[in-house]
Amino acid sequence: MNAPLLVFNDKGIYCEQAKVYLDPWKPVDHAIISHGHADHSRWGHKKYITHHSNVPIIRHRLGEIVVTGKEWNETFTINGVKFSLHPAGHIIGSSQIRVEYKGEVWVFTGDYKMEDDGVAVPYESVKCHSFITECTFGLPAFKWIPQDQVMTDVNNWWQQNREDGRTSILFGYSLGKAQRLLKYLDPSIGKIYTHGAIENMTEVLRPQLDMPETIRITRDTKKEELKGSMVLAPPSAHGTPWIRKMVPYVTASASGWMTFRGARRRRAIDKGFVLSDHCDWQGLLQAIEGTGCEKVICTHGYTDIFSRYLREKGYDARTEETQYEGELGELEGKSEVEKDLERTEKTAENL
Amino acid sequence: MKLFAELIRTLDSTNKTTLKVAALTHYFEIAPDKDKVWAIAILSHRRPPRPVNTTLLREWATELANIPLWLFEESYHIVGDLAETIALIIPASDSSSDKSLNKFLQEIIKLKKLTDMEKKEYLHENWLELNYYERFVFSKLITGSFRIGVSQKLMTRALSKATDIDEDILAYKLMGNWEPSKISFTQLVLEENEEDYLSKPYPFYLAYALENEVMELGDVKDWSAEHKWDGIRSQVIVRNGQLFVWSRGEELVTDKYPEFQDFINVVPDGTVMDGEILPLPNGEIGTFNDLQTRIGRKTVSKALLEKTPVILKVYDLLEWQGEDIRTEPFKNRRKILEEFVADISSENIPLQLSKSISFNSWEEVAAERERSREEKSEGLMLKKLDSPYLVGRKKGDWWKWKVDPLTIDAVLTYAMRGHGRRSNLFTDYTFGLWDEEKQELVTFAKAYSGLTDAEFRKVDAWIKRNTLERFGPVRSVTPHHVFEIAFEGIAASKRHKSGVATRFPRILRWRQDKKIEDANTLEDLKALIP
Repeated sequence: MNAPLLVFNDKGIYCEQAKVYLDPWKPVDHAIISHGHADHSRWGHKKYITHHSNVPIIRHRLGEIVVTGKEWNETFTINGVKFSLHPAGHIIGSSQIRVEYKGEVWVFTGDYKMEDDGVAVPYESVKCHSFITECTFGLPAFKWIPQDQVMTDVNNWWQQNREDGRTSILFGYSLGKAQRLLKYLDPSIGKIYTHGAIENMTEVLRPQLDMPETIRITRDTKKEELKGSMVLAPPSAHGTPWIRKMVPYVTASASGWMTFRGARRRRAIDKGFVLSDHCDWQGLLQAIEGTGCEKVICTHGYTDIFSRYLREKGYDARTEETQYEGELGELEGKSEVEKDLERTEKTAENL
Repeated sequence: MKLFAELIRTLDSTNKTTLKVAALTHYFEIAPDKDKVWAIAILSHRRPPRPVNTTLLREWATELANIPLWLFEESYHIVGDLAETIALIIPASDSSSDKSLNKFLQEIIKLKKLTDMEKKEYLHENWLELNYYERFVFSKLITGSFRIGVSQKLMTRALSKATDIDEDILAYKLMGNWEPSKISFTQLVLEENEEDYLSKPYPFYLAYALENEVMELGDVKDWSAEHKWDGIRSQVIVRNGQLFVWSRGEELVTDKYPEFQDFINVVPDGTVMDGEILPLPNGEIGTFNDLQTRIGRKTVSKALLEKTPVILKVYDLLEWQGEDIRTEPFKNRRKILEEFVADISSENIPLQLSKSISFNSWEEVAAERERSREEKSEGLMLKKLDSPYLVGRKKGDWWKWKVDPLTIDAVLTYAMRGHGRRSNLFTDYTFGLWDEEKQELVTFAKAYSGLTDAEFRKVDAWIKRNTLERFGPVRSVTPHHVFEIAFEGIAASKRHKSGVATRFPRILRWRQDKKIEDANTLEDLKALIP
């Protein structure tokens, strides 16, 4: 029997035939990158290949790197192995990576979601034999509410806080969640302010996405002007001195984890909006069914539980250890993703 | 139900006390009277008995969700709350029910007598009809305690705002043994009724732990000191020839301590005493572990009564000759109490005075505190001589001055996910100590508290990466981390594998400076048994 087309080693997901890694977590020569979050696109690879809309994102984060941008569905061949990128719907520029060799097809999802959020190019189902999937929210307790409804709640919450004379602080990842929220915030309610980390990333993405105007919070921002406004901040800003300027304020988090009452209470956040850039339970099951695959490999999230369920449904499913994190940073405040962005901020400030 | 579910949703949307009180006040202003009584009952943990056992509840919810039972169980371990799991897992519904909270509770009470088939039908019908928050509240009413970050104190404050009745008076009215299904809002809250007060205890006055140097309390002559007993804080009431024993959890526990019935013939009507129930095996004050054998029992056997009798160590008098004397200075209340106990000293009843310590300086008080373990006490209680008996936990007049806890360095061996705000986070830990050969770690205690949220997050992340085996919700982890565990008392125990039972174990600090070889042995722990 031949070795599998993709294997998991201590550096990442590896294609021996092409000598290429997918989303490696240690420095390698050739890396194909699914999307711009720090747990998937790391420092130190010699050559990066990714979707062209992700190029400005990782350039912003990683600085001067050697990177080639590809189109959706554009096939490129390395040592006989055919690669192509397909929309994953997770954030702007997020791709699934399709790998084909001698008629055998594997798809690696990176992170993905099924709902069309009007920001990322929507998820496209790709037929394959083996499907490497995340399952951050692979529990039947996770059931997303349509985005329209969530954003109506967010805007109503903001409106109410404004009437009560309070500033609304909304936490979400600097890359992805922040722009998704921003796109659907209602600027007729008031002004939208941003934390530096979010403002920087938003500037990078403005050429690709139409979003309401934002104002960067700096040392000179006056306390009075913030009153009743919306402030977008990364989860790591919660509980820091930075936030004191906004008193009186109300906090909220927009994340899939807000499904759990305990998660919100633990972080001492006032309000939780259930809004995720990952699949919910039904989303994962639909995605897997859509690929027509036989083999499923679960990489991060509730992998043991989800793969056991898949096996009972007749799939050849297993789990592999990786260093991907899913939405963990939005739950616990600081993940590798956040820390990395902070490093970028510091570097940017020092330049 | 809509109103009540909306109240819970609002309470869930804020961490700010003022906003919580405002939401509760609003509810008490607009809800129907019968619903208000139930809301008070639920928020003060007076839920009707569980009508369905949780095993069946899980099975029936699983059927509706169309998933295997193991998957429900796994989800429950992660969500950390049964009602919340049920509400999340059952297919979503946009409908809502117009039935009142009272109607729901009447139905839930009746449910207990129905057959399993009828119960299942009732639950399925309602689960599918209710929206997420209503379904959560409905399931919570059935499954258990309603912990939603609202203390009884907060609820009382809101009720006071809505009714203009003094908070302390309300606390008094809401104590004791009332039946939410049989009492009206007027009877419970609005109406003055002497008859009802027969069994009613006073709200307990609770002390804070001493924060600063004892010298900073001022002139030692203004203070009284006595040992702090480690039993069950209780109020014993004799009124109208009847005896009532209340524990601090506002539970009527008269039946558990039949030896106190002797008080009726000796203690005059119109007397309320504040004291500590203590075990007295072999004629000496025992450990809390001895008392445990009495707490759990609904009926007390003769053999147990002989083996572990209890006494009331009395330290304060709240009512005397039918008069509420709580506003009298402590020294006056003590004077009456001491004279009374002296008067009845020839009677053979299980009542002892908690003696005041005589002293001339704070140094002498401190020296007495060092003797606490000899006296089988936890330390000292300091009470200001001119202090009234206040309501609830207040700073200033009374202080707990406990002896420093016993400590031991132990190794983290197992972890479980927490509940409530700690759901999905490994925060419940089991600790082991080395056996004689230093080969194996023997489990000796579980602890859930003592780390900061940030530390819990770190340990949680480490556990998730260093799991050896999973047993349902429990994970065994690589022995690697050493924690200093503090506990209040220690006793030999046959029920524990280690042969030792510790009282109130908790994490004192994370000893990242220590290796597992540096952790203590079981022998070290046993050496602490007095």
